[in-house]
Amino acid sequence: MAFDYDKYLRPGKLPHIWCPGCGHGIVLKGLLRAIDACELEKNRTAIVSGIGCASRLPGYVDFNTLHTAHGRAAAFATGIKMAQPDMNVLVVGGDGDGVAIGGNHFIHACRRNIDMTYVLMNNFIYGMTGGQFSPCTPTGDKASTTPYGNPDPTFDISKLAIGAGATFVARTTAYHATQIDKLIAEGIRHKGMAIIEVLDDCPTTYGRRNKFRSVVDMMKRFKELAVPVAKAATMSKEELDGKIVTGILHREERPEYCEQYAEVIKRAQNL
Amino acid sequence: MNTPRLEIIEHYCKGCSICVEFCPTNVLEMDGFLAKVIRPEACIGCMQCELRCPDFAIKVHKD
Repeated sequence: MAFDYDKYLRPGKLPHIWCPGCGHGIVLKGLLRAIDACELEKNRTAIVSGIGCASRLPGYVDFNTLHTAHGRAAAFATGIKMAQPDMNVLVVGGDGDGVAIGGNHFIHACRRNIDMTYVLMNNFIYGMTGGQFSPCTPTGDKASTTPYGNPDPTFDISKLAIGAGATFVARTTAYHATQIDKLIAEGIRHKGMAIIEVLDDCPTTYGRRNKFRSVVDMMKRFKELAVPVAKAATMSKEELDGKIVTGILHREERPEYCEQYAEVIKRAQNL
Repeated sequence: MNTPRLEIIEHYCKGCSICVEFCPTNVLEMDGFLAKVIRPEACIGCMQCELRCPDFAIKVHKD
């Protein structure tokens, strides 16, 4: 049976602004299926974003939504969670918003291990502003500001999140549509900071500058490069070079920030 | 089982052709910048088109 997305969408908002073939729509559908699977109540769920193409997502969904300052989604989301620890807080955004402009907020949200789910759509580029290179643009690839190839090394968002202290880190791609909702649902159920990195396609500003003939070519490349985490464990470093390891990359239990803060309040009140 | 019925919401379709490329039985074809059902009887209800459509533009009805 077809999944009823309409019950979670704001009426009259579609068609969305994303370009033909943009994977953000696929991620949005995965997010809604995950929310449905976790049976989150609309009034007890907040979806927060910063600025960018991916950050337009909350405008289409019928939850408590915040469209905030560039890169500051994690900071606003932390505020919501601190004020209302029972609220289910989800953050969405792109690579430019999350780990470039908002890199500082991103790592500190990971470090605190506050109970929220961050879906980071990594499309390797600043799409909305005209295709400038981001810290996630692969080395050598072209962007509007690197017409001769990007000389910068690339951020590995999942590794960054693990290093910064996130207790649940997973990665998938826009091609693996059924995996998106499963990983987001796992992230929502996890107590603590959950980062789900979804490698996404931007056919308009990234694909056409980097010799992808169509959005389908970009999808097929994700299919070719993806290696499930269990298989990756059996492969050498050389074999994994240039591959995308998908699945749950890291999971641990660590005290959650709101609970720790509640302890602080108790201690202070006893004085 | 009845053959599933495909519904294309033309107002939402942006013509990315993802559904056409991923359909295993070539039910769909591009008609300019719109996806079009050309072989409805071949649909096996695998849901690939609905799952992958970024624009909420295609629905598979199995009733």
